[in-house]
Amino acid sequence: MKNSDIANTLAIFKREFLSYFNSPVLYVIVVIYLLASMGFTFFFGRFLDSDNASLTQTFFFWHPWIYIVLAPAVGMRLWSEEHRLGTFELLMTMPLSPWQAIVGKFIAAALVWAIGLALTFSIVITVSWLGDPDPGPIITGYVASYMYALGCLAVTSAASAYTRSQVVCFIVSVALCILLTLIGYPGIVDSVVRTLPGSLEQIVRFVSYLSFMDHFYEMTKGIFVIRDVLYFISVIVVALIITHLGLRSKRA
Amino acid sequence: MIQVQNLRKEFGAKVAVDNVSFTVEKGEVLGFLGPNGAGKSTSMRMVTGYFRPTSGSIKIGGIDMLEKPEQAKKSIGYLPENAPLYSDMTVASFLGFCAEVRGITGAAKSKAIDRVLDLCFLHRVRNQSVDTLSKGYRHRTCFAQSIIHDPDVLILDEPTDGLDPNQKHEVRQLIKNMGKSKAIIFSTHILEEVDAACSRAMIIDRGKVVADGTPESLRKLVPGCTSMDEVFRSITRSDLEK
Repeated sequence: MKNSDIANTLAIFKREFLSYFNSPVLYVIVVIYLLASMGFTFFFGRFLDSDNASLTQTFFFWHPWIYIVLAPAVGMRLWSEEHRLGTFELLMTMPLSPWQAIVGKFIAAALVWAIGLALTFSIVITVSWLGDPDPGPIITGYVASYMYALGCLAVTSAASAYTRSQVVCFIVSVALCILLTLIGYPGIVDSVVRTLPGSLEQIVRFVSYLSFMDHFYEMTKGIFVIRDVLYFISVIVVALIITHLGLRSKRA
Repeated sequence: MIQVQNLRKEFGAKVAVDNVSFTVEKGEVLGFLGPNGAGKSTSMRMVTGYFRPTSGSIKIGGIDMLEKPEQAKKSIGYLPENAPLYSDMTVASFLGFCAEVRGITGAAKSKAIDRVLDLCFLHRVRNQSVDTLSKGYRHRTCFAQSIIHDPDVLILDEPTDGLDPNQKHEVRQLIKNMGKSKAIIFSTHILEEVDAACSRAMIIDRGKVVADGTPESLRKLVPGCTSMDEVFRSITRSDLEK
């Protein structure tokens, strides 16, 4: 990597990141995210009744369902907006490679989620004050949660490369994220295994292994599994390659 | 500065640009004329590296656009049709972003911004958000972006479209002045602009070059025609005849 590569990526990142803060959408999403993650924890997760100083089943448990909707809301503008405004043409005639732009924009969206996630710190304070939690699962829970959000964001980036409409991008991304979540949801996997002939079980297990959910649960259990982080990183890489193909098809 | 050889672009079965070749040297202003849909924008999008040609070659200052696009793009300034801008930015921050992507940072960046704000009469709206600007200002902001790095090659797609007569005059003067030291291509369907700003003109119809020469020689191209307008109408076919 040359210095100019980094400088270009940074320039794209900076513009994208600042533009999030110019739009009210971001603040709305962060507030909804905080309300939802805390609301689920205290009402559905029965955090206070559980009498347990662990966040795995009460707090992190709900995150995938929140990200399915909110990560596409953050990411839907990434490329759709460029297509709609026509700035995509301007960007692609500037002396930078499409990869620098794709990575710069993705990092901007990723950092926005890092901020959102960091704002949930109050739950860590609460649990530490009320009990004596094991820090390991909290750290891996946060890593798992963040990886999940990045996976959804990368899927959204790919969808946004193909359409100029943020609404289309949002709906397609939500659908894809739901699919990637449900194919690994234990209840669904078990019932599919029961209905299909036994010989297909290996295939069903393999498909469920590809889902976000499978890897998310492994990580929240508190064992820091490099394999699961690598899985999410590969998902992100594949999704960004699909983004690149989408952008190229717009210039054909 | 600009060397284009046998450029061809197909969209599916449709041939948008067919065997177009031309060169533009420093100090030349080439006017691209032609009816709507003739292939002017498509040609310019290929020269700027946005579209990949189906076949043919493009060299900018001797650098091949298809082999080294990032390097070739450094010496080009481009004003796309409809002058796209990031609507959530201010004029100055948008120009700052464009400067950064072009590798201009620090003190050089603020100097470059001030220079183009001056040239394009944008000082008054410097800190105004782009989405509150009138069409003329939007256009000039995008124009300012194209000259922020003082490029050797300038490609302008309908630079005077949507401007009022005063602004049109200013932009033409600007193009003419910059044409002394740069290689410029601009497209238009306003024929009087060719006389006002171009040293050479090319008429494109249905993807093919149908005339190429100085404005003087083009006027004499068709016997019996005395104005550019008549020449244009006699050598290009209108949409209605298709």
